[in-house]
Amino acid sequence: MTATENPTGYKWIGTRPVRHDGYEKVVGKARFAADLDLTGQLYTAYVRSPHAHARVLSIDTAAAEAMPGVKAIVTGADFPDLDPLDPNYDVSINVMARGTALYHGHAIAAVAALTKAEARAAAAAVAVSYDVLPAVLTIDEAMAEGAPLANEENYQKFAPPGDPTNISTHTPLERGDAAEALAGADIVIEREFDAAHVHQGYIEPHACVVDAGLDGKANVWCSSQGHFMIRAVTAGILGRETSRIKVTPAEIGGGFGGKTTVYLEPVALLLSEKSGRPVKSVMTREEVLRATGPAPGCKMRVKIGATKDGELVALDAWMAYSLGAFGDFAGMVGAMSVASYKFPNLKLEAWGVLTNTPKTAAYRAPSAPHAAFAIESVIDEIAIELDMDPIDLRLKNAAVEGDLTAMGMPHPRIGFVECLEALKASPHYQSPVPEGASRGVAAGFWFNIGEQSSATVNLNEDGTATVLTGSPDIGGSRASMALMTAEELGIDVYAITPVVADTEAVGFTDVTEGSRATFATGKAVVEACRELIGELKIRAATIHGVEPDQVEWIDGAAHVEGKDPLSLAQITEQAKRTGGPLTATASLNAAGAGPSFAVHCADVTVDEETGQVTIIRYTAVQDAGTAIHPSYVEGQMQGGSVQGIGWALNEEYIYNADGVMQNAGFLDYRIPVASDIPMIETIIVEVPNPSHPYGVRGVGETGIVPPMGTLGNAIRRATGVRMTSMPMSPPKVLARLSENN
Amino acid sequence: MKYASPTTVDEARSLLADNPGSRVFAGATDLVPQMRSGRPEPSVLVDLKRIDRLMAVNHHDGRWVIGAATPTSTLTHNPEFVAMFPGIAEGAGLIGSDQIQNRSSLGGNLCNGSPAADSVPAMIASGARVVVASADGERTVPVADIVTGPGQTSLAAGEFLIEFEIDDAPAGTSDAYLRVTPRTEMDIAVVGAAARLTLDGDTITDACVVLGAVAPTTVRVPAAEAALVGSVLSDEVLETVAASASAAANPIDDKRGTVQYRTQVAGVLAKRAVALAAQRAGNGG
Repeated sequence: MTATENPTGYKWIGTRPVRHDGYEKVVGKARFAADLDLTGQLYTAYVRSPHAHARVLSIDTAAAEAMPGVKAIVTGADFPDLDPLDPNYDVSINVMARGTALYHGHAIAAVAALTKAEARAAAAAVAVSYDVLPAVLTIDEAMAEGAPLANEENYQKFAPPGDPTNISTHTPLERGDAAEALAGADIVIEREFDAAHVHQGYIEPHACVVDAGLDGKANVWCSSQGHFMIRAVTAGILGRETSRIKVTPAEIGGGFGGKTTVYLEPVALLLSEKSGRPVKSVMTREEVLRATGPAPGCKMRVKIGATKDGELVALDAWMAYSLGAFGDFAGMVGAMSVASYKFPNLKLEAWGVLTNTPKTAAYRAPSAPHAAFAIESVIDEIAIELDMDPIDLRLKNAAVEGDLTAMGMPHPRIGFVECLEALKASPHYQSPVPEGASRGVAAGFWFNIGEQSSATVNLNEDGTATVLTGSPDIGGSRASMALMTAEELGIDVYAITPVVADTEAVGFTDVTEGSRATFATGKAVVEACRELIGELKIRAATIHGVEPDQVEWIDGAAHVEGKDPLSLAQITEQAKRTGGPLTATASLNAAGAGPSFAVHCADVTVDEETGQVTIIRYTAVQDAGTAIHPSYVEGQMQGGSVQGIGWALNEEYIYNADGVMQNAGFLDYRIPVASDIPMIETIIVEVPNPSHPYGVRGVGETGIVPPMGTLGNAIRRATGVRMTSMPMSPPKVLARLSENN
Repeated sequence: MKYASPTTVDEARSLLADNPGSRVFAGATDLVPQMRSGRPEPSVLVDLKRIDRLMAVNHHDGRWVIGAATPTSTLTHNPEFVAMFPGIAEGAGLIGSDQIQNRSSLGGNLCNGSPAADSVPAMIASGARVVVASADGERTVPVADIVTGPGQTSLAAGEFLIEFEIDDAPAGTSDAYLRVTPRTEMDIAVVGAAARLTLDGDTITDACVVLGAVAPTTVRVPAAEAALVGSVLSDEVLETVAASASAAANPIDDKRGTVQYRTQVAGVLAKRAVALAAQRAGNGG
């Protein structure tokens, strides 16, 4: 369903063609990283730390090297020592420990052998001796006075030089006078929240095949969210020239942010060099859960004050994110992500905190779901207290163009109000709450980013087009690129072949993150198409013997007054005698990625004797700017919703007292199954982004932000208890209900 | 690791006797994940699915005889069986997913030895027996006597299950099985409860209540059964059932649930299973 009809009369934008890569994926022909095999390839097995924090005293590989089939073993000693200020330093340590294991599952050594069984047997024979260090597992432990260090090499970012610390970032943000505003508010609600680590849960485990030659060049085939990133980080970790590594993207079986970094490729490259053979490396699911990026856990205190007629006057929030054993910017970004509402007075204090748990990685709108869970829960308490409709309360306070973000910059044109209004008018919200159920509403947003993209559009001699980009297709981007090309050139969408090209076949393109592919790479495609249209006009002018400015490009053909139109195919047919092949390339660093807002609504029932929450109806509303391919916009909204529902209700890393994850498999790390989830109804709102030729806003991430608050608010209205700890799993819900009775 | 697929019970018996470290399997829905998670590989994998008797389902002379390796979907798709033992069918229909149930068997679900096995509590509640192939013949034992602890059974080395025997449910009798899992499928019971009741009019004349996943093995709840027999079902009786079930539970804290949660919910599920079985029995069993 689309709330606002496309007003601009596009021919292709907003239609729903079957995706160009659909057939191959449906019949199983598409090649993911683990589908590639090279003659003579070796297989890997890793030695991983059995301790959450330990000094590695010695690694003895002699026995393992002598075992059958073993061709190479690498340890931290095989890696160059990077400067601690090198941007790849942390990733370098994460892919292979150097002297200290920082979490349970941290790579200590890797073996390459003729068979997987031989590799596993040899890995088991590598003798490692450890001196176990105290493990810091929680935010409270890490921030306590005199806490042991989770990583002795960590220093606080953006701070004057000091001692090593468990703090990655400390971000205070303030405007107005929150304390005074809270003191004068008619009501003030304060709650404390926490959330466990959760995994992105992509179905495809990390995998690569690497073939390094004696000439110092290496070929890498892998699944990632950005093969130029794989190339740069692999080269950076190994101290190589970037151009000596070629990365060919495989199809990607889910990433959600988790494949914006590197784990296997540098290790496989060293093993390939040592052995002189291609090396194939595929993680097990257990390795994925123990050693690749979860999203941070958190602890938060949120206090919001309001007037009795529902004006939110102040927000005072303390937010801490647990990052694993390496610093990143999650705390800072979390603080930035709280500005859906006007809040004239704001006092935020955000922390990034180190723990001896796996290094966290981006996960769809990183840091925002935690903050939205806390803030949307407290806002719902205010709505209940004031007996106000939760949408009306949000409408009264929703940020609009010109309102300040938490960082103090004004919002550009945004569609938050339009999303709230669309939900309010929706069939779901207009329907009575079903007997025995309760309804929750919550909102969220994500900034989105632009960054660098390149595109090459080649017109073929038969009048078709090939579009090469460097953005892996993680959410239907091939179809989006083809649709924008079809709209520009005026040819059929199936006359276009969208290609995800390797690092030597297309210009540099940043990793697919920040919901940027359709926005930024799409913008490059449009620019290349427009350049081609200029060239097509010149060719048509040559054919007709007129000046180029006498040619108009309309609906896939060159029009000159008094002449028959020349179709694109007629022009490409004559390319050889009008100046040669028609091709154009555009590269850009895109600015103006418009934030995307979303509002979700859920009807749930709660079994008050077992604590089980059942979702009976769910609607997601989101501003897509302009939906290039509405089905894939809906797919992003639904996918984000479902991941958010899993995060809200059941998913969590369960560590024991020693920091060992107890549920490192999909049986006990419970992502939702199809029967857990109703159809996610979608309403696409289209408030065009003025910074994109078609008005695109990235849609990939925002959808995961509102579900936690939506479900917490529905549970609150069903039971009277406010769940403040994620996941809101049956045992926790039942415990809260029991306390309440 | 070798694979063998005998076609007779005798052949399977010899294979097991001749190959120390061998292991039987039916659907392998537990065996394969166990091997993948690093348990030692058996010397010989003995596939029991080619032995007719282990794959047969017969109902005659007031008794069901169900091959131990029969896919559980065969039972859950048998209307006559489902009508007579809705609780056993509920349990069998909760193992894994539809795809898993085309492979999983009652024999495998029992011999895996998990206290959370979904098909086991209702079989015990219906007094099911199992015919065991032993070194020198066959012996018949109650299903309740097979599992002795998590992953542990009373079967001697080389013994395997041939078939289950379940007597027809008497008039006015029905059963039910309920479990709690965070997900609706592809999950392992955090708590399970089976009940079987026989009604004479409104009066309960026979009762059996069995809990799963709240102790090292399934647990019968004699106090609940005593409260039920001779009673007419009431809220008060159900509260006694719930309290008795919670008292009988002896769970552990683990990644799937806490002691407090399992203890509390054991009572809830026992009460609900009893009410459901009573409703079914009252409708003619």
